[in-house]
Amino acid sequence: MNNENIIEVENLVKKFGDFTANDNLCFEVRKSEIFGFLGANGAGKTTAIKILCGLLFPTSGKVMVAGYDVYKERNKIRKNIGYMSQGFSLYEDLTVKENIEFYAGIYGLKRTEIKTRFDDLVSKLGIEELKDKFVSDLPLGWKQKIAFSVAIFHKPQIVFLDEPTSGVDPITRRQFWDLIYEAVESGITVFVTTHYLDEAEYCDRVCIMAEGRIDAIGSPDELKSKYKSENMDEVFVKIARGTNKMNNK
Amino acid sequence: MRTVLIILRKEFRQIFRDRMMIPIIFIMPFVQTLVLVYAATLELKDTSITVVDLDRSDYSRNLISKFNASPFFKVNFQDYNYSNIEDDILKENTKSVIIIPDNFEKDIRNSIPVNLQMNINAIDGQSASLISIYVNQILAGFVKEKILHPTVLSQGQMPVSFNVKSRFLYNEELNFKHFMLPGILVILISMISIFLTALNLVKEKEKGTMEQINVTPIQKWQFLTGKMLPFMIIGIFELALGLTIGILMFDLPFEGSVLTLFVFALVYLFAGIGMGLLISDFASTQQQAMFTIFFFFLILILMSGIFTSVESMPDWAQTVNKINPLYYFMRILRSVILKGSTIADLIQEFLALVIMGVTIMSVAVWRYRKTN
Repeated sequence: MNNENIIEVENLVKKFGDFTANDNLCFEVRKSEIFGFLGANGAGKTTAIKILCGLLFPTSGKVMVAGYDVYKERNKIRKNIGYMSQGFSLYEDLTVKENIEFYAGIYGLKRTEIKTRFDDLVSKLGIEELKDKFVSDLPLGWKQKIAFSVAIFHKPQIVFLDEPTSGVDPITRRQFWDLIYEAVESGITVFVTTHYLDEAEYCDRVCIMAEGRIDAIGSPDELKSKYKSENMDEVFVKIARGTNKMNNK
Repeated sequence: MRTVLIILRKEFRQIFRDRMMIPIIFIMPFVQTLVLVYAATLELKDTSITVVDLDRSDYSRNLISKFNASPFFKVNFQDYNYSNIEDDILKENTKSVIIIPDNFEKDIRNSIPVNLQMNINAIDGQSASLISIYVNQILAGFVKEKILHPTVLSQGQMPVSFNVKSRFLYNEELNFKHFMLPGILVILISMISIFLTALNLVKEKEKGTMEQINVTPIQKWQFLTGKMLPFMIIGIFELALGLTIGILMFDLPFEGSVLTLFVFALVYLFAGIGMGLLISDFASTQQQAMFTIFFFFLILILMSGIFTSVESMPDWAQTVNKINPLYYFMRILRSVILKGSTIADLIQEFLALVIMGVTIMSVAVWRYRKTN
């Protein structure tokens, strides 16, 4: 059962006019793992995540998410995923509670269910004092944690996180990863993009992207031994050099 | 259905929390009706004119006092030579200079045709022709009075005069405010439906919350219904508020049925909100949406017949108006309010609005994509 794939991508291509954002991607994500998408800005990470979430149509290729086809069964996919974008899309003029009630309501959760889960969340995060504050008044770190909590509030099978930790301090990032681990323990698969290479170490498997292509894929340990590196930083630099050499030929 | 209610609750919360929305909803109707109705008036009142009296007779003084007695004019200057007429008009000291010739009284008494010269500043053609009409009316009254007067008639001469009595239907006092008010209401409701809908939707795009909505399993119709209903409700409220202001402060007659008016308003709001949605489909920032709407809105409003008669527009303009929802709603509001027209009387306008509304809305909803 450890080979059960929750996401399967074969030959995914996405073009915007002449520009190829995703060039023939092939990978799969296993159930209950943390799958990291690494790469510089503009490597095509966000495009790939948007295709998996049903926000963009692929140009070609086969993409299955939670057992459903992104071409035909996007609405079934939507019921089974959570998504947190780079901008953590909470409504700034609604309170924390109102935001959660709104999104949970859209996912069709019953009112009593929302109340129980919300009370649990408040005690877990210790946000008794923050829950009735407007999101615009919260510090960035809290916005992030709450956006993540909103994304998994309806208990999806997979949660997609697009650069969730950009712009916050290391301590908040650490706390954020604790929340991710907790979600994985409850059975949620986490698909995360990042350009922080230390975060790659927290992932079960990572995939390194550059210029729309996948250059390497595997667990952090596998990649480190394959590229004879001490840490993911070195792996990344070696791969990037390789890409440059190819381009220079 | 519960999903729609959840969106409605969220929308109303946001609308009433927005610091700009309360003034827009409650103050704008007052400002538009009170300021615009007065400012956009074409009525002449106390227009200053200059009379150059070369005759200095009883008759000429009598005529001048008639000008002064009219509510339209104020004789601000009387002169006995006409050296600086052009100058005065050029400097906008006076709108019009009327010259009463020598022997004015004598010629009238002897039934010799009299020539009066009148110079009018015609930069604003519409008010120039109004001035000319009113001056002629006063002159006609004056002449009639003098000629019909027994002492003026020479022997055997019979006065010939037509006595045309006009009755102005539906706006008996030719009250320009009663003509303008329904027009202002059309602007008000159009702004609410087109601008607010488009800006509200584009704002969600800008903030990124639209993307978050699009990854949820919400159905397109649920989301759009929840988005558009509040503006339908606000639009109806604005119409009611604007009408109340008109009736209380401008004695606007209301001949038609309130129900008819609101049925029409709902149909029109549907089309207007559809236009707002359509524009939001294409705009990615509020600024883009704003400029796009402004461009179209200005054309549609000027062509709708708010200030000028559509019948006297060139043929191409009248053809364009066939697909201008504002044109239809302008006619509808004026007819229902001033004439008491029913839906049956305005069936063509009604059908046109329904067809346009359904078409615009269908295209707009079809263009709205959860996946790009």
